[in-house]
Amino acid sequence: MYRHMSRTAIGTGTSVRKHAVRTIMYIFLGIWAVIVLFPFYWMILTSFKSYASYMGEHLPKFYCSDPTFRNYVDAFTQVPLAKYFINTVVFTALTTALMLMVIVFAAYAFARLDFKGKNIMFVAFLALMMIPNELVIITNFVTITDMNLRNTFTGLILPSVTSVFYIYLLKENFEQVPDELYYAAKIDGTSDLRYLFKVLVPICRPTVITVIILKVIECWNSYVWPRLITDDPNYFLVSNGIQEIRENGFGRENIPAMMAAVVVVSIPLVILFLVFRNRIMEGISREGTKG
Amino acid sequence: MTKSGVTGKGIKGTLHGWLYLLPAMIFLGAFMVYPLIDVFVYSFEEGYNSASQSYFGVGSYNYGYVLRDRYFLQAIANTLILVIITVPVSTGLSLLISLALSSVKFLQKLFRTVFFLPYVTNTLAVGLVFMILFQKTEYTDGLVNLIIESFGWNAVDFISGPYWAKMLVLCVYVIWIVMPFKILILTSALASVNPVYYKAAKIDGTSPLRTFTKITLPMISPMIFYLVITGFIGAFKAYSDVVAIFGTNLNAAGMNTIVGYVYDMLYGDGGGYPSYASSAAIILFAIVLTITVVNLIVSRRKAYN
Repeated sequence: MYRHMSRTAIGTGTSVRKHAVRTIMYIFLGIWAVIVLFPFYWMILTSFKSYASYMGEHLPKFYCSDPTFRNYVDAFTQVPLAKYFINTVVFTALTTALMLMVIVFAAYAFARLDFKGKNIMFVAFLALMMIPNELVIITNFVTITDMNLRNTFTGLILPSVTSVFYIYLLKENFEQVPDELYYAAKIDGTSDLRYLFKVLVPICRPTVITVIILKVIECWNSYVWPRLITDDPNYFLVSNGIQEIRENGFGRENIPAMMAAVVVVSIPLVILFLVFRNRIMEGISREGTKG
Repeated sequence: MTKSGVTGKGIKGTLHGWLYLLPAMIFLGAFMVYPLIDVFVYSFEEGYNSASQSYFGVGSYNYGYVLRDRYFLQAIANTLILVIITVPVSTGLSLLISLALSSVKFLQKLFRTVFFLPYVTNTLAVGLVFMILFQKTEYTDGLVNLIIESFGWNAVDFISGPYWAKMLVLCVYVIWIVMPFKILILTSALASVNPVYYKAAKIDGTSPLRTFTKITLPMISPMIFYLVITGFIGAFKAYSDVVAIFGTNLNAAGMNTIVGYVYDMLYGDGGGYPSYASSAAIILFAIVLTITVVNLIVSRRKAYN
C-alpha cells in the first residue's frame, strides 16, 4: 500500500525517487531481518565451536574454522537433555490429545446440540477467556501439591487440558457445516458421537490441525507451570531443563555446549513453523482478532 | 444458535447436551473457576500455614505486608519501567515494519516468515543467546560490548552490572519477543484496508503523508489500540523472558517483576506463602484492569472523533 503512496508522490515518473524509496524500504526490512536472525545464527555458530577455541576468542569470530560435534555429544551425555526432550514430547502429546477430546465434545455441544442453558453456558465460557493464568495458578499449585501430584505427568498435564479459545474456534467452524448433513446422518440412524467423529471432525480438519499446532507450540514452550510443579529433574521439560543446564550443568561457562542444547531445544518448533507457517500465522492472527 | 437439533429440547436432549459439555466443565471448574474464587480467599486469610492448612484470622494484613515489602516495590518499579519502554517502542517499530512490509512485493513472503520466527522459539532457550551476546566475562567482553568499544566507549556488564544496563537488555529482549505478533496483526490490518480508498486518494492527488494520516491510520487504529492494550497486559505479566536473561534468582539480580514476585512467594527459596502470593497477584490485576479500562475509554473517545 505504501507503493500507492510513492506512486502518487512521483506522479509524472521520477523513477529515481521511486527506486530510492524502495531501496530504503528493503534496507530497513533487511536490518530487521538481521536482528531477528542473528541470535539464531549465533547459537548455531557457537554450538559448533570447540570449548578451547571459544574460550580463546577474546574477539568472537563470525565463522568457525574447526567445526565440531563434540558439544552435541556433551549435551546428550553430560546433562540429561534427552530426558528433558522425551519428557516434553510425552507431555506435549498427552496434553494435546486430551485437550482435543475435551474441546471437540464441548464445541459440538455448543455448535450442534440444543439444550436448556446452552446460551448462558456459552457466555460463561467466553467470560472465562478473560481470566489471567497468573490468578488461578496459585490455587492450582496448592491443589496439585495437596493431591500429591508434584513431579508427575498428571500434575503437569491436568491444568492445561482445556482451552476456551480453542473451543470457541472449533465451535465457529462446526457451525459452518451445513445442517443438512446432520439431518441426513440422523435419518440414517447415525448417532451423534459417530456423526461427530466420522463427519464433522474430518470436514473441519484444517481448523483441528491449526488448534493442534498452536497447542503443541504452547506446550513445548511452557515454563512457569513445569517450574512450579516439578523439582525432580526426571520430570523437567525443555524450558526448565535449559534453565537447570544453565545454572548447574556442564560445569563453569561451557557456553558452546549450552548453545548445542539450545539448538536441540529450538529445532523441533522451527521445523514445525517452517512446515505449517501459513496455518500458524493465520491461526495466531485469528487469536489476535478473535475471529 | 436457533438450530433445533433432532434431539430436541426434551429432558433427554438436555441431558445429552450437558454430557458433551461435562469434561470441559469439570476441568474449567476445577482449574479456573474454583481457583479464581480461592485466590481471593487466600489473600484475606492471615498467617496461613500451608503445612497445617490453618490461619489466624481474616483481614487485609497480607496486602499491607506485600505493599511494604521492598522486593515487591522493586518488582513494581521494574515492571512499570519495562511496560513504559517496551509498549510504545514495540508498537511504533512494528507499525513502521508493517508499513514497509506491505509496500514491497518482492521477497515479501520471505520477510513475513522470518519476522514471525521469534514467536515460535523457546523463550528460555533464546534468552540464553541474548545473555551471551550481552554478557561480559573475564574471557571476552561479548559481541555487543565489542561493538560499543569500536565506537570508543567503555564496555558495560549488561547481565550483572549497573541497573540501567540490565534494564536495557531486558527491554531489547522483550521487544524482540513481542514484535512478531504485532507485525502479524498490523500487516493483516493493513492488507484489509479497501484499496478503493487508496485509488480515490491517488486520483485526487493526495500526498503520501496525508493518505497515511487520513486513510491508513484511521482504518487500522482499532488494531493499534488492540495491540496497545494487549501489549500493556503482556508486559505487566513479564516473567519468563526475565528469567531467561537473569536466571531464577531475580530478587538477587534486582530485576524481579510482579509475576516473578508472586511465584517466588509461592515456591522456591523464599516460598511457601500462598497468601502473600495471592495478594500480590490481585494487586497486579487491579493495576492491569485499571489500565485496560483507561485504555478502552481513551480508544472509544478517539474512535468517535
